[in-house]
Amino acid sequence: MTQKETVRRILQFIRVYRIQVVLSLILAAVSVFLSLYIPILFGDMIDCIVSPQHVNWSLMGINGRRIFVLIIGYAVSTWTMNVINNHIAYQVVKDMRDQVMEKIQCLPLSYLDQRETGDLVQRVIGDIDQISDGLLLGFTQLFTGVLTIFATLVFMLVKSVLITIFVVVCTPLSFAVARFIASRSYRMFRLQTQTRGRQTGLIDEMIGHQKVVQAFDHQDRASAAFASLNDELHAYSWRAVFYSSLTNPCTRFVNGIIYAGVLVFGARQILAHALTIGGLSVLLNYSNQYMKPFNDISSVISELQNALACAARVFELLDARPESTDPAAELSDVKGDIAVCDVNFSYDRNKPLLRHINVHANAGRKIALVGPTGCGKTTLINLLMRFYDVDAGSIRIDGMDIRDVSRASLRRSFGMVLQETWIRQGTVRENITLGKPDAADEEIYAAARAAHSYEFIRRLPDGLDTVLYADSLSQGQKQLLCITRVMLVHPPMLILDEATSSIDTRTEVLVQKAFDALMKGRTAFVVAHRLSTIQNADWILVMKDGQIIEQGTHASLLAEHGFYAQLYNSQFQA
Amino acid sequence: MNILRSYVRKYKKESIIAPAFKMLEAFFDLLVPLVVADCIDVGIAGNDNSYILRCFGILLGLAAIGLACSIIAQYFAAKSAVGLACDLRQAMFDHIQTLSYTELDELGTDTLITRLTSDINEVQNGWNMALRLLLRSPFIVFGSMIMAFTIDRRCGLIFAAVIPLLAAVIALIMRTCIPMFQKVQEKLDVLLRRTRENLTGVRVLRAFCKEQDEIDAFHARNTALTQMNEKTGRINALMNPLTYAIVNIAAILLIRQGAVQVQLGIIQTGDVVALYNYIAQIIVELIKLASLIVTINRSLACARRVADVLAVQPSMTFGKETDDPQETVLTFDHVSMTYPHAKEPALNDLNFMVKQGQTIGIIGPTGSGKSTLVHLVDRFYDADQGTITMDGKNIRAYQRSSLRQMIGMVPQQAVLFKGTIRDNLKWGNENADDETLWQALSIAQAEDVVRRKAGGLNAEVEQEGRNFSGGQRQRLTIARALVRQPRILILDDSASALDYATDAKLRRALRQLPMTVFVVSQRISGVRDTDQIIVLNDGEQVGLGTHEELLKSCRVYQEIYASQGKGASV
Repeated sequence: MTQKETVRRILQFIRVYRIQVVLSLILAAVSVFLSLYIPILFGDMIDCIVSPQHVNWSLMGINGRRIFVLIIGYAVSTWTMNVINNHIAYQVVKDMRDQVMEKIQCLPLSYLDQRETGDLVQRVIGDIDQISDGLLLGFTQLFTGVLTIFATLVFMLVKSVLITIFVVVCTPLSFAVARFIASRSYRMFRLQTQTRGRQTGLIDEMIGHQKVVQAFDHQDRASAAFASLNDELHAYSWRAVFYSSLTNPCTRFVNGIIYAGVLVFGARQILAHALTIGGLSVLLNYSNQYMKPFNDISSVISELQNALACAARVFELLDARPESTDPAAELSDVKGDIAVCDVNFSYDRNKPLLRHINVHANAGRKIALVGPTGCGKTTLINLLMRFYDVDAGSIRIDGMDIRDVSRASLRRSFGMVLQETWIRQGTVRENITLGKPDAADEEIYAAARAAHSYEFIRRLPDGLDTVLYADSLSQGQKQLLCITRVMLVHPPMLILDEATSSIDTRTEVLVQKAFDALMKGRTAFVVAHRLSTIQNADWILVMKDGQIIEQGTHASLLAEHGFYAQLYNSQFQA
Repeated sequence: MNILRSYVRKYKKESIIAPAFKMLEAFFDLLVPLVVADCIDVGIAGNDNSYILRCFGILLGLAAIGLACSIIAQYFAAKSAVGLACDLRQAMFDHIQTLSYTELDELGTDTLITRLTSDINEVQNGWNMALRLLLRSPFIVFGSMIMAFTIDRRCGLIFAAVIPLLAAVIALIMRTCIPMFQKVQEKLDVLLRRTRENLTGVRVLRAFCKEQDEIDAFHARNTALTQMNEKTGRINALMNPLTYAIVNIAAILLIRQGAVQVQLGIIQTGDVVALYNYIAQIIVELIKLASLIVTINRSLACARRVADVLAVQPSMTFGKETDDPQETVLTFDHVSMTYPHAKEPALNDLNFMVKQGQTIGIIGPTGSGKSTLVHLVDRFYDADQGTITMDGKNIRAYQRSSLRQMIGMVPQQAVLFKGTIRDNLKWGNENADDETLWQALSIAQAEDVVRRKAGGLNAEVEQEGRNFSGGQRQRLTIARALVRQPRILILDDSASALDYATDAKLRRALRQLPMTVFVVSQRISGVRDTDQIIVLNDGEQVGLGTHEELLKSCRVYQEIYASQGKGASV
């Protein structure tokens, strides 16, 4: 996306608030005008002191009251402008976040799986925050900055053409100095960032795995490696800090020269009766503040550039292709006859994964999938739930191609328990009633009893209303909770992914029982790791390298003396 | 915090010079309005061209001296702040290396990393700003007031009234806003959590067709955040207009008062201009000071966190004994161990004896104390009751390094480090030659992993070994421990990601080795062929013997055996 395109897209978001934008611009103009006009009135006020014997009190009084009113005007308009700017920036950002969240819900899993969660979260939170900062600064400082520069020039011209020319001629000097310093410190900042990145990498590893470091008596070597990076960082860091801290004193020095120049020119003009003392005071005041908007603008521009880069990342996410449109047909009254017909599938076109897969599960049958890691067992789950679409062939439920019915109706017909349990931060109730938010407590308890989670839920401090955090439950308890979730909704078909690593024996027995209870009378696909599950299955599919190489019952497969028998026996040879 | 003082002391000279020169710069800044006043009252009033030029010269001189002072100050401030931060970082890193597992558990990895990185950076930033501005801003504010008093006492009184008023307004707005900013942050964190949950739980959420509900829930929280943001912004936006109004209203009063004094012949017109200039300076410096106080507060909090880590004392002391092999390698005599803050002991009254060359299986449910047991063998923790004897001597009598050299540990979490495969394997033994490395790889069934990588032993390993699969990493970590050719090898559930065929081959290869081996496993198949099996349940040693013996006598072992389908799992 080009920068122009990104800007256009941001403007589309802002367009909704165009009335506020116009209002903000008007108020900005008012406050800039007032902030420059007030010093002039102060100059006039000083000029009321004509000489030690003669002070024009009545004019001074008028000026004073005028200034007072304008000060109030300035304060009110500035505050109102800031409030409006806040409103625009935060609303735009809110709209963006809402849109991104809507988008995430309809992105295909192939998109989400390929990206790191941290990176996507960064786009929704960090990047959009950056946009909000950029917009806010852009609104408050960019426009007022530009306006202030031009208005200052006009006001100065009114007071003295000569001095204005002098100030305008000297301005580039200040820029040249600032730019020179910035280019030097930028190089050092880059080196500093790079070294800091490497050091953070080392810290992540050595402190993150400090126990391994100590187990291998690696402490001294780790300290030495850290010290050499730290020395490097020190060298870049102090230069970066020092160089960048020169900008202010140097531009202040240039400002000082301009200030002195204005005084001399001003004094001469006063002597030539072309300027008053109050006028000189105004000009001195302006020349002091003249540089500020330039500095503001340059910092705003870098902030805006940052915001644009972030916006591009957000738009990239917003522009990602959503899932194919959903057919309107619903899958209803499912009996649970599942047929996988000659399916081919791969995540990566160059690496074919599933080839010519054919499976037929009659309603109520229990199918176990067995095979080494990476053979394609979990991929089959992805296809059945239509998280991914098959490349060739079809999957049919009760004879209906799953691509011809809505995803929601398909997914509602399946109960899914994955190996990696997912519990959200929220109450036990919220977690269990995911599929049925309005379930009554009795229903929940019934499901929990059937799924053997009742006992531990009852023991939690607030029962169903206990708030769960990432590690408040053991792995086994989490699994029971996930099973309860499915138990509550009575789906006609099941997809279960057994955990490889076992949990404590007692809970494992419970999980086993819960699984059995769940599978009763339902068509079930189980990615199986436990022998008991496999032995109890009606049919076993043995997968290897994306193909079904053997199938049958436990007894018939053992009798074949093939891969399955080898798998099974390798446990006892060892 | 006292600990930090000694680190600052190293930069005493820099830390005094920097603010001193900053004040000097400020002092010269304060003289400028006086020169302008003189120029007006003497030069212009007296129509004295050379006097005006002299004022010009003085102003240039003041600017130049100010620049020089400022450069000197910034130089020493940068030296002091960066030096302090680098010293602190190194000291903290080295300090962490001396801590034992108990302290590491207590502090937590994430905390340590944040303190080493962002907290110390924050300290650097805060110290740098403090050196540069903490004295300068108040100096200018009060300096302006004093200058005003020297010009005219009555006009000075206006300054004396305005400064506390401004300070009060700024403080009030900040006091109101800071807790609100925290609330904004909390609401943003909620949004972040929701987003993350939606991504990590995408399969479950879609399986339950929760898409629209999630959008609605997100929308509600997003709206709450926006409202809080706007509310905070409205109050924060008062700062600029209010302070502007106060200062400028004061300026009106000041000029009026000045005019009175001029009429009375006490001061001159130029003095009024100078007073006006002084009051304009106050506002900028006060706002700078306010944001400086926020920065300094934040970095003080960070400094406190850094000091806390440096203050933690390692709880373990080591003896002087070195390796001296005996027939009986290890005995546990009534050993118990309770983690700090835990109610129940993690291990309770363990008793067993291990002979040279034996393989010991350790089995039990999750949380039964298996890892704790092997951590005691490597003395990562100390038992709080009973004694552990290694080669006939109390384990506490050994030097840290010789104890660790005796033992090859394969931790539960298979992690590699950035570098080459060779670098990683050499963690076991810095001086190992390639032959030793390949031998270790072959035993660990990792030979083909390395052969298939371009570059072989020189193949790059990314941070934490992310470019290797879990199974590959496990085999490489086993090889890493073997490179050490340890007398005792500890496998802490280290084969969980291996497929059974590889696992079987690995077990067969390990059995050929002469060393004493501890195997922690959750599976019967992992321990059934060992010489002795220790069965743990809730920290209790509920069984000790061979597979056959335990099948007859140990109820927990029987249960595990039954639940795993007669010892097989596919």
